[in-house]
Amino acid sequence: MTALFESRGIVKRFGGLVAINRVDYSLDRGISSIIGPNGAGKTTLFNVFTGLYEPDAGEVTFRGHSLVGLRPDQITALGVCRTFQNIRLFANMTAIENVLVGMHARVRLGLWDALTHRRKFHQVERGLWRRGSELLDRVGLRANANEIARNLPYGDQRRLELARALASEPSLLLLDEPTAGMTQGEAGDLMGLLRRLVVDLDLAILLIEHNMRVVMEVSDRVTVLDHGEKIAEGLPRDVQGDARVIEAYLGRRSTSRSPRAAP
Amino acid sequence: MIHAVAAVAAVALSVTMVAVFPRSILVFLTFQGSMLFVYVARIPAWLRAGLLALALLVLMPLIGYFNGYYLEVATQVGIFAALALGLNIVVGLAGLLDLGYVAFFAVGAYSWAIFGSPHANLIFGGGFPLAPGWFYVFLFVGLAVAALTGVLLGLPVLRLRGDYLAIVTLGFGEVIRVLANNLDKPVNFTNGPKGITPIGRPPLPFGIPYSEAFYFLVLLIVVVIIVVNRRLEDSHIGRAWEAMREDELAAQAMGVPLVRAKLQAFACGASFAGVMGVVFSAKQIFINPESFTFLESIGVLAMVILGGMGSIPGAVVGATVVTVLNLQVLKGFSLWLNELKNAGVTVLGYSLANLPTQLEPAKYERMVFGIILVVMMIFRPQGIFPARRRQRELAHPHPPPTEVGP
Repeated sequence: MTALFESRGIVKRFGGLVAINRVDYSLDRGISSIIGPNGAGKTTLFNVFTGLYEPDAGEVTFRGHSLVGLRPDQITALGVCRTFQNIRLFANMTAIENVLVGMHARVRLGLWDALTHRRKFHQVERGLWRRGSELLDRVGLRANANEIARNLPYGDQRRLELARALASEPSLLLLDEPTAGMTQGEAGDLMGLLRRLVVDLDLAILLIEHNMRVVMEVSDRVTVLDHGEKIAEGLPRDVQGDARVIEAYLGRRSTSRSPRAAP
Repeated sequence: MIHAVAAVAAVALSVTMVAVFPRSILVFLTFQGSMLFVYVARIPAWLRAGLLALALLVLMPLIGYFNGYYLEVATQVGIFAALALGLNIVVGLAGLLDLGYVAFFAVGAYSWAIFGSPHANLIFGGGFPLAPGWFYVFLFVGLAVAALTGVLLGLPVLRLRGDYLAIVTLGFGEVIRVLANNLDKPVNFTNGPKGITPIGRPPLPFGIPYSEAFYFLVLLIVVVIIVVNRRLEDSHIGRAWEAMREDELAAQAMGVPLVRAKLQAFACGASFAGVMGVVFSAKQIFINPESFTFLESIGVLAMVILGGMGSIPGAVVGATVVTVLNLQVLKGFSLWLNELKNAGVTVLGYSLANLPTQLEPAKYERMVFGIILVVMMIFRPQGIFPARRRQRELAHPHPPPTEVGP
C-alpha cells in the first residue's frame, strides 16, 4: 500500500548551493511537521512539492500521480494546496472573494457560461458563495467576509489564507509557518482548528513550524531538516531527544551557530 | 427627494440651455455634467436609469439635430469608452500593462476597410466591395479577428510581467502600425500610408441619417460591452483575473491556470476594440495608419487610469473626460485665446496681439492636457471613480450585488 504522498531522492540546487539533498519523504492522513533551523530547506521543499520549483532529481507522487513537471495550478487541482510563509493574500479583494478564488480549480464553467449567465452559472455561483461563507465560518471570519483582505489583522489574514487553501478541496494541505506572528493562545486555537479539520475533512496536513510547543503538541510525526538533508524523523518525543537534532539547533561545543528555541 | 428633483431639474435645465445656445461649448458641458450628476445622485435606481436613458436615447440625438458636431463628439466618446472598457479588462482587472492596445482597434478597422471597399479587388481580382449589409457580419468578424490577434500577442508574452510586458506590447502596437504602413507591396493589402477609401457604410432602415445611426450603433455596442464586462467581473473568470493582478504566484498556487486566464483577458479586451474598429472604419469612410499611433494607445490608457483602474463607470467617465477635453475644451480654449489675441485685448498692459507665434494657444493644448493629468494623479491617484469592492449579504444565498455609497 503506497502512501498518500511520497517523494524519493529529491535534489534541488541553486547554482552551487544544494538546497535539498536526496530527501525521501512520505506521509498519510494526520498532521506531520517539518522543522529545522533557518535555511535548512524547508520552504524550498514545499516549493518543490507544490510545483513552484522543479526538482533537479527525484520523484514526487501524490495518490500515485507524479507531480514533477506539473504546473502549480494542476497540482492544486489534484488536491494539494498550500499557504505561504509571508502571507500572500489577494490584498485588494474581500475575504470572501479570496476564498472564491481558491475554488477556481473546482469550478466547471467556461467563458461562455459567464457571458450568458445561464441558469447553470447561477446555480454554481450560488453554491460557491454558500461554501465560501461556510469556510469563513470554519476559520471564524464569517463576520469579516466583506472586508478587504489587506485591512484584516495579521492573525485573521493567516486564517483567511487557510480558508482560501481549504477552498480548493485539498486532500493534502501544506502550511508554511501558520502560527508565525501569533500569540501562544492564538497558535493553540489554530492547532485545535487543524486537528478538527483532519477529522472532519479527512485531511493530511504538512506543517512547517518554528513554534516548538505547537509542533510537539499537535504533530503525529516530525521530520527534521538541516542543510537540505533529513536528519531525523519520528514521533515528537523521539525527535526531541535525538542527538543530531539538538546539535543542529544548538550546535556542537565550540562551533558557532546562532542558537534557536531548543526543542 | 431633493436629489431626485435636482437630478430632473439639472437634465431639463441643461438641455433647454443647449437648445437656446446650440453653439456654446460650456453649455454642452453642463449637459454632460448633468448626466454625471444623475449617475452619482442619491435617487432611486429606476429614476436614474430612466433619466440616463432619456438623456442618451432622446435628448442627445435631439441636441445633435441642433448642432451636429455634438453628436459627433458623443459618438467619439462612445468609441473611446468601448476602447477604455476593453483595455480596462487587460490593465485594470488582469493587471497586464498593454501599451499597444490600439493595434486591436486597427485590426478591426482594417478587416472591414479592406473588404468593405473596392480595395479588396487589388488582392482578389474582383467582386468587391462586399454588399453594405455585410457590415453587420463584419462586426463579428472584426471581433473574432481582434480576439485571435489578442491570443497571438498573448502567447509570446505569457512569461513577462510589468515593465517587460509593457515594452513588448508597445512593440507589438508599433509592428501593427508599421505593417499597415508597408503592406502595400508586394501585395497591396493596406494601401500603405495613403490609406483605404471609400469604405462602405451599412444599409439603414427608415432613412435614418448616418450621424444618428452611428451614434445609436455605438451606444448599443457600449451598452453590450458594459453588460459583458459586468458579467465577467462577477464570475470566476473576473475573480481569477483580479487574483492574478494581486499576486500572480499565489493565484497560480490556488489553482488559476495563468496561461488560460491571461489569454482570455487579452482576447476579451481585444475583441471590444475589434468591434469598434469595424464601426470606426465605416463611420470615417477613410482610414490610414495615422489613426492608430502609439499616442492613441496612451490616450486610451490615460482614460482608464484617469477614470479609475478596474472600474467600469471609471472607464466610461475617463473616456468622456479625455475625449471631451481633446475635442472640445482644449480646442475651445485655444479658439477663445485666439479671439482675444485677434481682438487685441491687453492683459496687464501687454497687448496679446504682440504675442509671438511660438506661444500660439493651439501649440500648448497638449501641455494643458498633460498638466491636467499630472494634477489628477497627484490629488486623486485612484481615479475619478475608483473600483469599489461589491459588498454582499451572506445570509441569503447569492443576492444581487449592491454597491456601497451613492
